[in-house]
Amino acid sequence: MSEPLLSVENLKTQFFTEDGTVRAVDGISFDVHEGEIVGLVGESGAGKSVATSSLLRLVESPGEIVGGEITFKGRTLFGLEEDASGELRPRDDMLSEEEMRREIRGREIAIIFQDPMESLNPVFTVGGQLREFIELNRDLSEKEAKREAIDMLREVGIPAPETRYDEYPHQFSGGMRQRVLIAMALACQPDLIIADEPTTALDVTVEGQILEMVKELQTKYDTSFIWVTHDMSVVAEICDRVNVMYLGEIIEHATVDDLFYDTKHPYTRALLDSMPRPDETVHELNPIEGVMPEAIDPPAGCRFHSRCPDAREVCREVHPEPRDLADEGEPTHRAACVKYDAFDVGYDESRPIEGDAAGGFGAGLTRTGGEE
Amino acid sequence: MSGTDGGEPLLEVRELCKYFSEGGGMLGGVTFDREFPFLKRQRGDVRAVESVSFDIEKGETLGLVGESGCGKSTLARTVLRLLEPTSGSVYFKGEDLASLSGEPLRRKRKDMQMIFQDPQSSLDPRMKVGPIVEEPMKAHGMLDEEGREARAKELLEKVGLDPQHYNRYPHAFSGGQRQRVNLARALSVNPDFIVCDEPVSALDVSIQAQVLNTMRDLQEEFDLTYLFIAHDLSVIRHISDRVAVMYLGQMVEIADKEELFENPQHPYTRALLDAIPVPDPRSGGRTALLTGDVPSPIDPPSGCRFRTRCPSLIRPAEYDMTDAEWANVVEFQRAVKRRSFETTNRAAVRQRHFADAEPGGEAGTLLDEAIGHVAAGEWEEAERLLTESFADRSVCATEEPAYEVSPTHGESRHYAACHLVRDDAVAAGEETELASSVGERFAGSADVGEADD
Ligand SMILES: Nc1ncnc2c1ncn2[C@@H]1O[C@H](COP(=O)(O)OP(=O)(O)OP(=O)(O)O)[C@@H](O)[C@H]1O
Ligand SMILES: Nc1ncnc2c1ncn2[C@@H]1O[C@H](COP(=O)(O)OP(=O)(O)O)[C@@H](O)[C@H]1O
Ligand code: SF4
Ligand code: SF4
Ligand SMILES: [Mg+2]
Ligand SMILES: [Mg+2]
Repeated sequence: MSEPLLSVENLKTQFFTEDGTVRAVDGISFDVHEGEIVGLVGESGAGKSVATSSLLRLVESPGEIVGGEITFKGRTLFGLEEDASGELRPRDDMLSEEEMRREIRGREIAIIFQDPMESLNPVFTVGGQLREFIELNRDLSEKEAKREAIDMLREVGIPAPETRYDEYPHQFSGGMRQRVLIAMALACQPDLIIADEPTTALDVTVEGQILEMVKELQTKYDTSFIWVTHDMSVVAEICDRVNVMYLGEIIEHATVDDLFYDTKHPYTRALLDSMPRPDETVHELNPIEGVMPEAIDPPAGCRFHSRCPDAREVCREVHPEPRDLADEGEPTHRAACVKYDAFDVGYDESRPIEGDAAGGFGAGLTRTGGEE
Repeated sequence: MSGTDGGEPLLEVRELCKYFSEGGGMLGGVTFDREFPFLKRQRGDVRAVESVSFDIEKGETLGLVGESGCGKSTLARTVLRLLEPTSGSVYFKGEDLASLSGEPLRRKRKDMQMIFQDPQSSLDPRMKVGPIVEEPMKAHGMLDEEGREARAKELLEKVGLDPQHYNRYPHAFSGGQRQRVNLARALSVNPDFIVCDEPVSALDVSIQAQVLNTMRDLQEEFDLTYLFIAHDLSVIRHISDRVAVMYLGQMVEIADKEELFENPQHPYTRALLDAIPVPDPRSGGRTALLTGDVPSPIDPPSGCRFRTRCPSLIRPAEYDMTDAEWANVVEFQRAVKRRSFETTNRAAVRQRHFADAEPGGEAGTLLDEAIGHVAAGEWEEAERLLTESFADRSVCATEEPAYEVSPTHGESRHYAACHLVRDDAVAAGEETELASSVGERFAGSADVGEADD
């Protein structure tokens, strides 16, 4: 396979809070190739947003990227090395903040957030904001930028773009605002767009229109996407390859077809089984017991062991790193679960963990307690 | 479980309307129409809920589904009289809530509880969980202090929490657990009826399933009746016995759950069903998506409110044309409305819109004129001509649909507000009302809606 466009190695991002260190992203690795849509899926709090903002070095204090390497088109967006005294410091080839801002963000890698109101300024017209963005980033004259902005609005399906150009964000419906953000993301023809749950707040009808549009634009411009979502149906619809996150880690990685039809990790399996189906009546849903623990003090061993139906004693002790479980010649399929032979840590002989997974009353109370 | 005609309705809603007067509320004095001319300065009410009628039988769950802003929450609040209805009636156990006020209404409220969408904001962060659960009991003077505490603990256990959590504050709970606290609170006064407004929408799927299962178990144990609001049809399919579909303030279809999903009659219901993503990469994705936006509830379309987006708009009887020709006319008219043309010369417009089928005769002449307007950049003239000649002449624009068809699944009555079913209708207009006990009627199919656009 060709060189990936983006590659992420062992990325770690932490928040240093009063309660302790939140290990929001705890050593994830994945890559994105040209023209691909790569999914990042997991329940809320799994670390998806922290991971994506880390890619553009947008993590704010008290958060910090504490380890790992991010390479984009041969350039180092993030990388550390040890100095003589053993302290970690940024590598010489790591892009400066200035370079990130001028050359990468928006131009090479664009990001679309979940809440479009956060990214659009309510006091300026939609068209004006789009025009200015194009003007600044593409060195076009004001007039050319305006023409380009109107074309982009039309392209993303805004009706009567000439008129709507002069309207304010609140005059647009949620779906239309999200289209504007997509127009903005596409405006500089970046190689990679990171979309953080851009359709989560929308009705399925509108979500369908937008995903359809993204697929068309993706074919047309050959842009790569990282698509963040908690919705397995969206994953099925739009992604080529998928990374499943649980508590700061990527626990399974596969092509979209393998993920659904040859599911390896018990968490992914449980997630798929817990969904109500639109196309058939299911009488009893199979929820995953309990809730995801806090990222401050993640469980030892496999982080899913407190909820896993297949958990055994060994799962409390061994912390599995994802391993490729695919057959020779098949596309990579990584999973981090010791029940597979590749791990060889004595799962078969280990005793099942009892009671734990059943959850019971206390399952998943957040650790901050709150008892007075 | 499912609502058959023999069942006894716990709740009967008749011709319920809720308008918000313009000026107050979020919309302010100026409204922004999503279609041309975009900005309208108009006076008029937000017709959030209009002439809605339905029944809910004892022990059943009626699912209520529709897109954001269609009026689900407003309907729910109006049914519970948390909002004053503009007109119409709500009968609870046969008694008209509209006729009650003061103490009798308050007492009645004990039997009807509500769970809100956002588990975060619906629990007072300064109160411990125990007192939160006890609050409604206290308000209704139920039990003594000790009795209330015992009952609260019992209920916490029933909803799947640890009774020990009695002394904790809401912030120590996850979203799913907060929703369980809400459930316990609603159950505390032993209600018959609970309105659940998107109770699981804010939760992760894995947690959604836990809460949905608990809600079902509680329903069986306490013989509860639910009005369950959601915009997620998968959730609706899981929890409901019957389903009501709402569009722009009105009910468009009501049927048994299985019937609605397997034999939908209204084009809007079909469009919603087609829009649901299926968690299966081999499914080929969603089909035939709806285009356009929901019109403003201030000035809704006459006749059938879905007609500005309906893929099956009925051809006006006076024109003689094939289905393909008519489909092209509708498509063209909507494109003119959206001004979505890159080139506007006659040949290009013809090629793009009428290559496969162009109507002749009178319709052809009118279209030719409209294409001329488009080529000349006279959008308003083109739009007016097309709207007056075609869209406004459809039965969909002149008559409000209300029919009942015979169901192929289950025994519940199947209401569909679409003129397409008029030939299969077992009842129309006057006869269509769902239950005759109260004597209120659906809008008759012969009613001519005001032609207001
Ligand atoms: N207090 C109010 N004043 C004016 N208009 C209102 C008011 N409350 C609601 N509306 C309008 O009534 C319509 C229905 O709103 P409602 O909140 O009932 O929708 P909904 O179906 O519950 O939507 P969602 O799925 O987003 O919760 C919308 O057009 C809304 O803007
Ligand atoms: N500013 C912050 N301060 C402290 N913790 C944070 C902050 N932002 C995120 N976190 C924590 O990082 C973890 C991952 O969060 P996030 O990436 O937002 O999850 P997701 O996007 O998958 O829902 C969570 O435990 C969250 O509480
Ligand atoms: S390692 Fe053990 S606990 Fe973790 S997913 Fe595999 S079986 Fe479950
Ligand atoms: S009445 Fe007409 S516009 Fe309304 S849904 Fe039926 S066919 Fe469509
Ligand atoms: Mg997030
Ligand atoms: Mg609502």
